Amino acid sequence: MWTMTSDGLSRRSFFGAAAAASAGTVLATPAAASAVADTAPQGDITVSVTVNGARRELTIDPRVTLLDALRERLNLTGTKKGCDRGQCGACTVHVDGRRVVSCLTLAASVHRKEITTVEGLAAGDELHPVQEAFIEHDAFQCGFCTAGQIMSAVAVIREKRANTDDEIREAMSGNICRCGAYPNIVDAIKQAREV
Amino acid sequence: MRAFDFTATDNVNQALRLATADSAFLAGGTTLVDLMKLDVMAPGHVIDINALNLRGITLNHNGLRIGAMERMSDVAVDRDVASHYPVITKALLLSASGQVRNMASIGGNLLQRTRCEYFRDTRTPCNKREPGTGCPARTGENRNHAILGGSDACVATHPSDLAVALVALGARIRLRDRKSTRQLDLAEFYRLPGDTPHLENQLRQGELITDIEVPALPWARRSTYLKIRDRSSFEFALTSAAVALDLRDNTIRDARIAVGGVGTRPWRLRAVENALRGQRPTPENVTAAAAHAAEGAQPLTHNAFKVTLVQRTIIRAVLGVAGQR
Repeated sequence: MWTMTSDGLSRRSFFGAAAAASAGTVLATPAAASAVADTAPQGDITVSVTVNGARRELTIDPRVTLLDALRERLNLTGTKKGCDRGQCGACTVHVDGRRVVSCLTLAASVHRKEITTVEGLAAGDELHPVQEAFIEHDAFQCGFCTAGQIMSAVAVIREKRANTDDEIREAMSGNICRCGAYPNIVDAIKQAREV
Repeated sequence: MRAFDFTATDNVNQALRLATADSAFLAGGTTLVDLMKLDVMAPGHVIDINALNLRGITLNHNGLRIGAMERMSDVAVDRDVASHYPVITKALLLSASGQVRNMASIGGNLLQRTRCEYFRDTRTPCNKREPGTGCPARTGENRNHAILGGSDACVATHPSDLAVALVALGARIRLRDRKSTRQLDLAEFYRLPGDTPHLENQLRQGELITDIEVPALPWARRSTYLKIRDRSSFEFALTSAAVALDLRDNTIRDARIAVGGVGTRPWRLRAVENALRGQRPTPENVTAAAAHAAEGAQPLTHNAFKVTLVQRTIIRAVLGVAGQR
């Protein structure tokens, strides 16, 4: 997990280690520490997906999650790995337009499906209204949960479950923010829902 | 995670033919992938059944039928379900998170495994995970464990909210293997742990849940699900109550009560139902009836509070449905 790079500890591996440490003992088992563990890989499989509008083909071990496929194979590191157990929402992406946690989704199971990640929200240099609103309302501090918060928020607005503060809080409860940016996240969503 | 072969199929018969003692069906994956990462489940073959045509939510004079591969979120927004069986809608909306509800299937929800931390941690003994190794929960951390239906071997609670609502409604499930189909009462589908806690239900090897059937119950329009938990959303129940009332002339003619978070399986409370029948829904009457929920309770070191909490959960839910609070 602690990968050294020429310029020292990479940002990505730092966050991975920090998330593991904060999640406590659950992640301490060696086999659980990496997506693909010690066992020799058996037959790889080919998965064809559309990611942010582009057709991608992956030859992968069936154990690889969608989260790891996006980050490690397609270099789409906007999607974050927090708990890796479906409990924090940092890895939220859309599969065929529905928000899911990519850490509990096997990449093998999204063959021929359409994936949208946070990298796919903006139109060129023009940010998505939810991204704009998060900046405007200072809806993040450290930023680690933000991609997941934004992907969830986009879906919540689309699901029309952003009518009141309480409804937003309930609909967004699958996304944890350790910095406690919740009030500003609610404000950002209220602004973005009007767009 | 142990290496596995992966097969996806859109054909039920093929899925059933592929099933072996070493295989697991993959639906939403919110239990299976989680437990595979923890090495609690380690199938050698994962059979992806997400493309099976086990769909549909249909309501007629016999009741409600839900295809096992419907997602929790789709059933939760179904208008027929919400108007005829609000207890189901409520139980679903109070389950998990928006993301998890988009993924998890109805059949998988009924088969989800306990949240007991000893079960989920392969470094500790667990009779459910490894029969005969012992149960640290009896003397260890057991705040979240069962007060009803436990045994020396296991006191783990069943985590599903939906199952509690369905057991209250007398739901049946349809099962299919490569030879035949059969129907079971959901309440009987779940086993008590006894000295075989690794056998959680009646599902046979290579058998799939294909449908959930809820009998017609016109007065279930007056029903609710109340869930008490440590945080207000995205959390499992400490206690919960599914309540439906046949209320006429301010008298409870009939009632359905089941509770969650307290039992080793979804727990129907016929004694409470019987005590409510014929009563006016006053706080005194409902409190007296709810006292039957504690009959046979065997609290552990850290969960004695559930004996009181489950009664209060029932009282609040019943009075709420009766419009008394």
